Amino acid sequence: MKQILVKTERCIGCKSCELACSTVHSESGEIISAVLKGERPVRRVSVETNTENTVNIPVQCRQCREPKCVTACMTGAMRIDETTGLVLNQEEKCVGCWMCVMVCPYGVIVPSENTRKAVKCDQCLSKGHNPACVKACPTKAIKFTEVNEFDKSRKKDFLTRFIAGEEA
Amino acid sequence: MDYLKKTIDPAVGKMIQKAEKEGIETVWDRFEAQQPQCGFGLTGLCCRHCNQGPCRIDPFGDGPAFGVCGADADLIVARNLLRQVAAGASAHVDHAYEAVETLAVAAGGSATYSVKSREKLLAVAGKLGIETENKDDADIAKEIVDIARSDFGNHSESTLRWLTATAPKERVETWGKLGVLPRNPDREIREALHQTTMGMDADPVNLILATVKQGLVDGYAGLHLGTDIQDILFGIPAPVVTEANLGVLKEDHVNIVVHGHEPMLSEKILEWARKLSGEAQAKGAKGIQLSGVCCTGNEILMRQGVAVASNYLAQELAIITGAVDAMVVDVQCIMPSLSRVAACYHTKIFTTAPIVKIPGTEHIEFTLKDADEKAEEIVRKAIDNYSRRDKSRVDIPNIKTKMMAGFSVEAIVAALSKLDADNPLKPLVDNIANGNILGAVGTVGCNNVKVAQDSFHVNMVKELIKNNVLVVTTGCSAQALAKAGLMTPEATETYAGDTLKAVLTAVGNAAGIGGPLPPVLHMGSCVDNSRIGDLLTALANYLKVSIKDLPVAASAPEHQHEKALSIGTWAVSLGVLTHLGIVPQLIGGRKVTEILTGETAESLLGGRFYVETDPIKAAQGLIKHIITKRQALGI
Repeated sequence: MKQILVKTERCIGCKSCELACSTVHSESGEIISAVLKGERPVRRVSVETNTENTVNIPVQCRQCREPKCVTACMTGAMRIDETTGLVLNQEEKCVGCWMCVMVCPYGVIVPSENTRKAVKCDQCLSKGHNPACVKACPTKAIKFTEVNEFDKSRKKDFLTRFIAGEEA
Repeated sequence: MDYLKKTIDPAVGKMIQKAEKEGIETVWDRFEAQQPQCGFGLTGLCCRHCNQGPCRIDPFGDGPAFGVCGADADLIVARNLLRQVAAGASAHVDHAYEAVETLAVAAGGSATYSVKSREKLLAVAGKLGIETENKDDADIAKEIVDIARSDFGNHSESTLRWLTATAPKERVETWGKLGVLPRNPDREIREALHQTTMGMDADPVNLILATVKQGLVDGYAGLHLGTDIQDILFGIPAPVVTEANLGVLKEDHVNIVVHGHEPMLSEKILEWARKLSGEAQAKGAKGIQLSGVCCTGNEILMRQGVAVASNYLAQELAIITGAVDAMVVDVQCIMPSLSRVAACYHTKIFTTAPIVKIPGTEHIEFTLKDADEKAEEIVRKAIDNYSRRDKSRVDIPNIKTKMMAGFSVEAIVAALSKLDADNPLKPLVDNIANGNILGAVGTVGCNNVKVAQDSFHVNMVKELIKNNVLVVTTGCSAQALAKAGLMTPEATETYAGDTLKAVLTAVGNAAGIGGPLPPVLHMGSCVDNSRIGDLLTALANYLKVSIKDLPVAASAPEHQHEKALSIGTWAVSLGVLTHLGIVPQLIGGRKVTEILTGETAESLLGGRFYVETDPIKAAQGLIKHIITKRQALGI
């Protein structure tokens, strides 16, 4: 299963992913029209930083194998999709009790005040499963990749630096 | 034909394909590589005015509503806009100042520059209230220079003299009531920078009024001053016939392309290209072919009939023909990429202004004192470079169009006076009143890589003239329309509505053109937007109404430069509805956007901005506006 993973050392905190997420979930689907129409789409990613401001990371749903949000959901709206393995919220079943918001360890389930539904990242499943945040990232910090591939490129990077004598 | 998303100009299309084949990066590749562009920048919601930032406001309200200092979205947008417009004004004011210095050199008895148009000298002196009887040209020129310089040295609260001398009275009163009359152009630009620095003005409305003031700085200490002085120095444009597009480059000639904005250098290059033609022949060329890109090209097109190579977005592609021996640049709109493109060929780029240097090019600093020596040196170097041309890489698209230009206000009035010598404007006004001419639109400004080159200019203008709207044009818009073949008598036959065609035919025949006037009148460079302002002023005076009541509009369909924003602000201040074909970077400020495009601007100034990104819808919007104005006039 592909995951949205971040090379944190490349994240410059520009928040382009946030705007891209808002835009792709707007009715207009395009930033200028969406802003001119005064739309208020809900974004599923937010760029956070640690207290020392040394690490930036765009945080979105990690698509857990045993999601607390699914366990906590009393209506069965929040569930794991069998085909994709993604954690999805079936909005018609969602009653807006915010249990999922409370239990999520990453704080990535967004309570939409307008619709009173829980909103979360679905990796842009309905937009061709091609996450807008990944496309928008100007430094290619955000990757949409198989987890072992991400790992592999880390190993390669390390090895390259090691051979060049940059890593002891 | 896969280039059609990039340009509608087939010559440019061919060169894009050549660039791709040869692996040369152009503006379209760089634009693609920049995608997606930052949403905060696109909406104007990024502030970098102090080092506590950068601060950004999420345009969807899903983040902080205030920057570190406490500025909200509208304040950030208004501050950014004022800085952009002040920068645009600064470019034109600096240009006009250089023209004034040139006139000072001419008045001082230099052999390099002289007063070419006594007619304009006297006209400008008349407007400024200078006594001209029993004075020679140099003395009058000196007095004009003194007044221009006194505007730049105005330490009082009095209004810029060039403005009071040339702007309509009703407008001066309106601007006075709003408190936006500029004093000294340099002081106003300084004030705008001060006003927008950290911890200054926090009122978006006050900042918008300051922006209007910058528009007036541009209109009078930039555009009007520039055109007036340049006409005195180099002549008032009169109709000329020439050609436009990359096909004007000649395989067997030394090709020199001038690019930039001022005529001071390009006039000299032209002079020396003519003088040194024999030397080019001695080197095996048939002569020297000079052509222009952007407004320095328009300057020598209007007065000297020099051919147009292309407009802004195709500056790199002129080099990609492989046939350009030298490209001489002065100021503004010069892509830093030129040196990298030129490095792929034998082409030499000469930078000439002390404030425009590009690593990898040759800098020959041009000064008024040794203008002839420097122009001669550049032309000689171009001739020398001809032998280095790799003929196997030359491919000049065989595409060019005939065009007519040179329509200064004086030229238009002269043509009309053939119909009515006592009241030259009467035939024009009568035909507007009876509806033969529905109204007029001035299309101005740049190309912008965000739309297919020239497509907005051409498609919108075709729709306008089909509906009997007369189009006047300047800048890269004019070059786009020329390349599309809209500046010929034949274009009137093909594209103009029936009643517009009849009027243009009558005027053209009376003026001795032997056919209709073109449906699109080329009025000059970007600073020559002052000519459009003068034409509107003359029409308004004749009808005893205000400019804001006229059935006219302006449009910058493909604007990219800050100068377009300052010209546009001036046009709105004159009372003209001003269309923008590309959304400006300010929509993140809801109130600011509403003020500029809505009732507020219209009630205070008579004009407003109108944003529409579809050319046909834009034309229809402009026509609707013209019809509303006609109805208000009772015609």
